[in-house]
Amino acid sequence: MTLWTAVLAACALAFLTKWLGHLVPAAWLSGVRTRRMTSLLPVALLAALVVVQTLAGPAGTLVVDARLVAVAVAVVALVLRAPFILVVVLGALVAAGLRALGWS
Amino acid sequence: MTRVPGAEPGDPARPAGRPTAHRAVQRQAWSVGLATGAYGVSFGALSVASGLDVWQTVALSALMFTGGSQFAFVGVIGAGGTGLAAIATSTLLGIRNGLYGLQVSEFLGVRRAQRALAAQLTIDESTAVAIAQDHDHPRRIGFWHTGIAVYLFWNLFTLIGAVVGNALGDPRRWGLDGAAAAAFVALLWPRLRSRDAGATAALAVLVTVLVVPRAPAGIPVLVAALAALVVGLWPRRSSPMEATPS
Repeated sequence: MTLWTAVLAACALAFLTKWLGHLVPAAWLSGVRTRRMTSLLPVALLAALVVVQTLAGPAGTLVVDARLVAVAVAVVALVLRAPFILVVVLGALVAAGLRALGWS
Repeated sequence: MTRVPGAEPGDPARPAGRPTAHRAVQRQAWSVGLATGAYGVSFGALSVASGLDVWQTVALSALMFTGGSQFAFVGVIGAGGTGLAAIATSTLLGIRNGLYGLQVSEFLGVRRAQRALAAQLTIDESTAVAIAQDHDHPRRIGFWHTGIAVYLFWNLFTLIGAVVGNALGDPRRWGLDGAAAAAFVALLWPRLRSRDAGATAALAVLVTVLVVPRAPAGIPVLVAALAALVVGLWPRRSSPMEATPS
C-alpha cells in the first residue's frame, strides 16, 4: 500500500465514522457498557501512543533517551495547567536541548 | 462572515431577543477555534518529520480533520508501522466522533449535503461548545461557528507547520520526537479524570511495554486498545447505582 492510499483510506473511514453517527438512531449505542467502552477507547489508544512515542526504539527495542525527560517535563507543565501548544514546545525544547548537550 | 447553516433568522427554534447571548457563543466558538487551530503547527511539523510530504499532511487536516487520529496516523507511520496499522489506529481513535454525531444530530436538524458538512465538522471542540449551551439555537450556533473556525485555523496552521517542518531537516535535532511524545501526553491528560480512565491508561501502558518488543511497529497500540474493553466490561464495585451495603 502506498502512503497516499493509506492517507486517503484513513480519511474516508474518519468521515464515514462521523457521518454514520449522524445517521444511526441514538438508541443503537445506548447500552451502559458500550458507552463506557467507547469513552475509554481513546484513553487506551492515547496511553499506548505515549509509550510508543517515548520509549520505542528501532526494531522493537525499548530505549530511554531525551524523549522520556521531555515527557516528564510535559506532565509537570500539564499539572501547572499549561496550554497544549506550550506543552508541545517544551517537549521539543527539552529533547533538543539535551541532544545539543550530547545526551542521546 | 460565513453564512451559518441551521441558524437562519426565520428559524422557529430561535428564542427572540437574545442577540448578546448569541454573540457570546460566537466569541467562545472563534476563540476555541483559534486556540485549537494554532496547534495545527505542531501537527504539520510532526507529520513531515514522520515521513509524510507536505501535501499528504495537508490532505490529512482537510479530509480527516480530527486531531487525535491525525497525530496517531503520523505517529504510527513515523514509528515504522504499516499503512494498515496506521489506518486501524486512526479509525479506532475516531470512533468517538461517531458518538458525538449521535449527540449533535439531535439538535442540528440538518439533512443531505448539510448533514455531510456537519459530519465533517463533528469533532471534540464543536461538540463541546455546542452541548455546553442550554437551548437548541445557541447549540447550533456553537456547533457551526466552532466547527468552521477550527477547520479554517487548523488547516492554515497545518500548512505553516508542514512547510516550516520541511525546512528544518533532521527532526531529532530540533526535538520533534520529544514534541510528539509531549503532544500525546497533552491529548491524553484531559481524559484522565475518572478512576476507570486511570485504570485503562495504566493497563494500556503495561500492555504496550510488553508488546513492543514482541510485535511489529503499529501493532502494540492496537493490542493496547483491548484495555478499554477489559475496564469497560469490568463489573463496577462502587458505582452509586449498584452499591449495596453488605
